[in-house]
Parts: sequence; structure tokens; C-alpha cells
Amino acid sequence: MPERLIEVKDLEVKFHTEDGVVNAVDGVSFELQRGQVLGIVGESGSGKSVTAMTLLGLTRDRNTSFGGEVLYKGRDVLEMDEDELQGVRGNEMSMIFQDPMTSLNPVYSIGMQICEAIRVHERADKNQARRRAIDLLKQVGIPNAESRIDNYPHEFSGGMRQRAMIAMALACNPDVLIADEPTTALDVTIQAQIIELIDRLKDEFNSAVILITHDLGVVADVADEIIVMYAGRVVERASTRPLFYDPQHPYTWGLLGSIPRLDRPKQDRLHSIKGTPPSLIRAPKGCKFRPRCPHAFDKCMEEPRLENRVEEPGHLDRCWLSVEEKRELRVPTLAGTEEAA
Amino acid sequence: MSSVGNGDTPLVEVKNVKKYFPIRKGLLQREVGAVHAVDDVTFAVREGETLGLVGESGCGKSTLGRTIVRLHEPTSGKVIFEGRDITKLGTRALRPLRREMQMIFQDPYASLNPRKRVGSIIGTPLKIHGVEKSKRRARVQELLETVGLSPEHYNRFPHEFSGGQRQRIGVARALALNPKLVVADEPVSALDVSIQSQMLNLLDDLQKELKLTYIFIAHDLGVVRHVSDRIAVMYLGKLVELSPAEDLYKRPIMPYTEALLSAVPIPDPDLSDQRERIVLEGDVPSPINPPSGCRFHPRCRYMTDICKEVEPPLVDFGRGHLAACHHPLNVDRETLERAKVSKRHSPDAADESAKPRDSSGRSDPVPGR
Repeated sequence: MPERLIEVKDLEVKFHTEDGVVNAVDGVSFELQRGQVLGIVGESGSGKSVTAMTLLGLTRDRNTSFGGEVLYKGRDVLEMDEDELQGVRGNEMSMIFQDPMTSLNPVYSIGMQICEAIRVHERADKNQARRRAIDLLKQVGIPNAESRIDNYPHEFSGGMRQRAMIAMALACNPDVLIADEPTTALDVTIQAQIIELIDRLKDEFNSAVILITHDLGVVADVADEIIVMYAGRVVERASTRPLFYDPQHPYTWGLLGSIPRLDRPKQDRLHSIKGTPPSLIRAPKGCKFRPRCPHAFDKCMEEPRLENRVEEPGHLDRCWLSVEEKRELRVPTLAGTEEAA
Repeated sequence: MSSVGNGDTPLVEVKNVKKYFPIRKGLLQREVGAVHAVDDVTFAVREGETLGLVGESGCGKSTLGRTIVRLHEPTSGKVIFEGRDITKLGTRALRPLRREMQMIFQDPYASLNPRKRVGSIIGTPLKIHGVEKSKRRARVQELLETVGLSPEHYNRFPHEFSGGQRQRIGVARALALNPKLVVADEPVSALDVSIQSQMLNLLDDLQKELKLTYIFIAHDLGVVRHVSDRIAVMYLGKLVELSPAEDLYKRPIMPYTEALLSAVPIPDPDLSDQRERIVLEGDVPSPINPPSGCRFHPRCRYMTDICKEVEPPLVDFGRGHLAACHHPLNVDRETLERAKVSKRHSPDAADESAKPRDSSGRSDPVPGR
């Protein structure tokens, strides 16, 4: 029986700003089991990063209000005090950020930054911490770890910096590793290496991974389950295979259709989702995707619930179209042959 | 983009261009070495065509792009624009040419001045090149519409726009002076996939409408396929493969290209599982002391002794498909023989070991074709 590490129930995150209330995350629910990789996919501003940061209590602020529950091994992260949170952060849940250059401190050596993480959470003297740090760097594939440990971030390439970040995140053997766009700033060749590394380390460290990305291609190999987010809401949630082979929400189709496919003949025009994501202060009425959806109709003025509409249990979506209509309508989009907007 | 303009006249020719950045040390700032950013690259870009320039970070693709528009001075070699050698032109003589060559930058956040309004950002090139103030506003608004923004955006600041919209502002600025050549340096890498395709379609439309010639720099072969007529692959300052676009995807010759292709993610779990991923070990080596022989040899899975010693020349494998490799992939015996005859100047040793490999026996980097 897999152990349930995280259970998010109807999470809401609101930022109170001068311009109004930003509904950054609006009723998001999911679970994460040990050994599982969960992909959260969506465009910039869909609330995927805010969701992840909230799991670690990083969005707390006097202008932020929360709703729902974030249970980590049964304890509600939203209710924890700062001290309790400190014990969870880095130790039980840790995070890898998008840009390894800005998330590493340029004036400390890589080794010092990893040792710091170890010594904050564990009783270890300097030498023990250093030995652990070297081991970690070896595990993430840094050559000559013994000497590279004293290097500064600027002496590392982008890919190596991201490896160092991963080493730091793994320093205390966390149960949950949250990777927020870990490869977006990297070359495609390095991207493949990093994703493979995260997948391998998940098994070695017996942890679970939340992988956040805007590119469905990145999670195709590694994710067990995928959540597609749009305007702070989950619009589709399914295991990886059903999501790719039987996608139910027009937004998911658009995301899939706009990836240039090397395995297919070249198309004249790429499919694209017209327009831009809506403002989260004044989100559209009804289905949030309606203004950009080529298949919207009257009923879409009312928001559909996230529920199971297909044969596959656990495959949820938020769209009024009937399953038959969807299976027909999505064909040109998925094939990328539809005239782009 | 197949709207090749008027025939085969090259708009830009790059001849044996080298760009070394000196490394200086000590009190006297003596030169102790050099970064070989671009090392002896030759190619031509025809009018109306799009050349994709692909490679990993640090391969010199951006430096080459900047050298072509003369933001860098080449160490040696020539850049010829419309039949005229522009390598030695001074700042003043270069100014009229700046109208013809423009750049789109990678980072839409860093390349727009946050304190200037959109109108002034796009209008600056017009101002510098002496367009009257009265005409500027109309032109800027027209440009905003061309790139799919609204003329009302004239008085807004960059922070009021999303990443994709900002990149459109960058495009409008590049088009302000009706350039002939646009060098786009990773114009979509900072954008979401859904916005990337909008941007690529826009660049495509603009090319048809305004008869532009593009040099499109990217690290992702998936992205360049849609815009390019021909693709040049660079590795550590060297041009390692140059080919008509579709041919490169069907039969990559250089193992590095094969690896780049296999790294492009496929949004299909089954295909992704089936295909053989060639994960390149490690990073691109330092361009200060590039590896001997073929520069790719430390990371190449077909590497033999000759690769360590002899640098492979760029050889024409027919139909405009050039590659520099001792162990070319996807090449039949006949083509290889022909290629051998035509490369007289190359070291004999290279011919000796360049035996054809059976392309049918090797798995395709991208299945399902």
C-alpha cells in the first residue's frame, strides 16, 4: 500500500492587492503518493507555481489568505507555525527552482551552500557535512566532486548549477521534491539529462516528485499523473496515458497541439491557443477558458464542475462538451492541422 | 517558410569568420589565451530564406549572429552583405547598414527599457535614422498592429505586458526601419509553448509579407523546423552540419545532430518510451582549449582514434547537405565515394577510416516516421 504523503483539498490562495483580489489558486485538490511523480502543467499565471510554493508555506504574507487544506502526512501545512514549517522545509519537502543562477548565492561556494542545508536540519559536524555534500554531488553526476565542491556558482555551467541545486534539495533526504520548471532555462540536451536524473533520484531516495512545467513534452516520460491548470483552476486531471491519448479539455488539446512535433511531417502552420491567459483579478464568467476556446457555446457561461465524464475512473475534466463531441472536435487540434488563430 | 525571394543571390555571406575573445591576466593585462567562440565558419544566406542556427549554449551561435550584424568585430574572415564587405567598415559607414540588419533578442524582460513607454521603445530606431516626429507616431502604431498588438498600447510601459506581448514589441522594434535581414536570437526560448507557436506563426507571416531574410538562432531543433529553409548546426565554434531543413530531420549525418534531435521531447508517452534517447554525457567542453581533432569526440558514441587526431572537414554529401564527420550517419556508399572525391584538400587519413555505416541497421532517433 503506497503511503500518502500529500493531500491537498480545495486549496485557495488569494492575494489582496491594491488593484483587487487575485485568485491565484482556486479550489485545487490532489494527492501525492510515495514513489509517484505528479506533473502540474499550465501557462504562466495559471497558478501552478503558487500551488507548489504554498505546499512549503512560501506564499505566507499578511496580504495572502488561504482556504482549504494542505495535509502533509496528515498535518495541515497552512496551520503550522513558522518553527514547525522550518522543520518541514528542506528537510521533508524541498524545492528546486527554475533559474539556478538566481537561486544559488553567488558569494558562497557550492559546498558551503549544501553543507548549510545539512547542518540546519541535522546534527553533523563540518567534516561529516562536507563528506555528505561530496557524496551528493557525485550522485547528481558532478565530475571531480572532491574539487568542484569548493567552486562558486559562476564556475559551474547552467546544467551543473541545476545539478548542484538538486543536490542541495536532496541534502536531507526529503520525502517530497518539488521541481518548479527545473529545465526551462536549460538547453534541450541538458533538459533530457536533468529529467532523467530527477526520475532516477526519486527511486534512490524513495521520495515523491512534483514536476511543474509549461511543456507537456517534458512530463510525458516521467509523470504518473498530470494536472492541467488554467487560471488558478484544475481543468483536467488524469493518469499520464489517458491524458495524452484521450485528453478531454480543449485547453489540454491546445497545449498538446502547440508543441512542434519532430515525429510528424512538418506542418505549414503551428497550432496555437489564441489570446493570453486572463487576469486573475477579473476572471471571465463561467468557464475560465471560454474566451479562448474555439468550441465555446451558451452553456459555457456557467462553470462546469471538475468531474469524471469518461470510462476511465479518476480522469476528471471541467468541460461541458459531451465525450463524443470532444473526441471528434479535438482531432484537428491534436494533429496540429487546424488553422491556427 | 518556403518563400524564397528572388533566386539564389546571397544576401549575407560569412567567409571563414573567426571570433576569438582574448583572456587577459596580470598587471600588464597580457593575453594568456582566447575563447574560440566562432572558429572558421563559412556559409551564405539567400535573400528571403530562413537559416536556422542551432547548438547548445556556448557553441558560438549567438556570437556568430552578433558578428554578422557587426555588434562584434570578427577576429578574421569576412562578412559580406549584399556583395559588400562590411567587416572593415567604421561606425559612420556602418550606420546606413544598420537599417538593413536588425536583431530580436532572447529575453523579452531584459531587452526592453522598463522606464520607456512602448511608443518610445519602438520609435527610437526611427528617431535615430531621422524620421520626422510627426510621422513617427503613425508608423509605430502601424507596427503595433503588424505584430498583433493594439495601437492603444502606444503609451504603456513594458511591465504592463506579458512575456509573449513583450516579445512582439521587440519584433516591432526590429521591423521599424524595414530591414532586409533580421537576426533572431532565441526569440521564443523564454516563452510558454502555447505562446511559442503564436510567435513562430507571426514571424512566418511577417517574412511572407515583408520579404524578410531571417537568421534564426535556437537551441531546440523542434522550434527551428517550422521556420527554417536550411539549418546550420554549430558545436564549439565550428559549423558541423548544414542542410536543407527537412533533410536534416530525415537523415542527420553528424552524430551530434542525431543527439540533438533525440533530445527534443515528444509529447507522447509510448513513442517517447520506444525511441532511443541519446543522452549526451556532460557539458560542452571549454572553448578556451577545445578538444583536438573533431571537437565533438569526447561526447560522441561513434568515436574512434582518428576523431581524436584529425579534424574532419566540412564535406558535401549531395543536395546541399554538408557535414563534418569521420563517421557520417545515414549516408550510402555511393554518396560517400562521391563526397570523398570532391574533398581533395582534406587529410588522407580522414578518407581512410570514413567507411560507410549501414544506416538501416541503426535505429532512427525519432520513431514513428
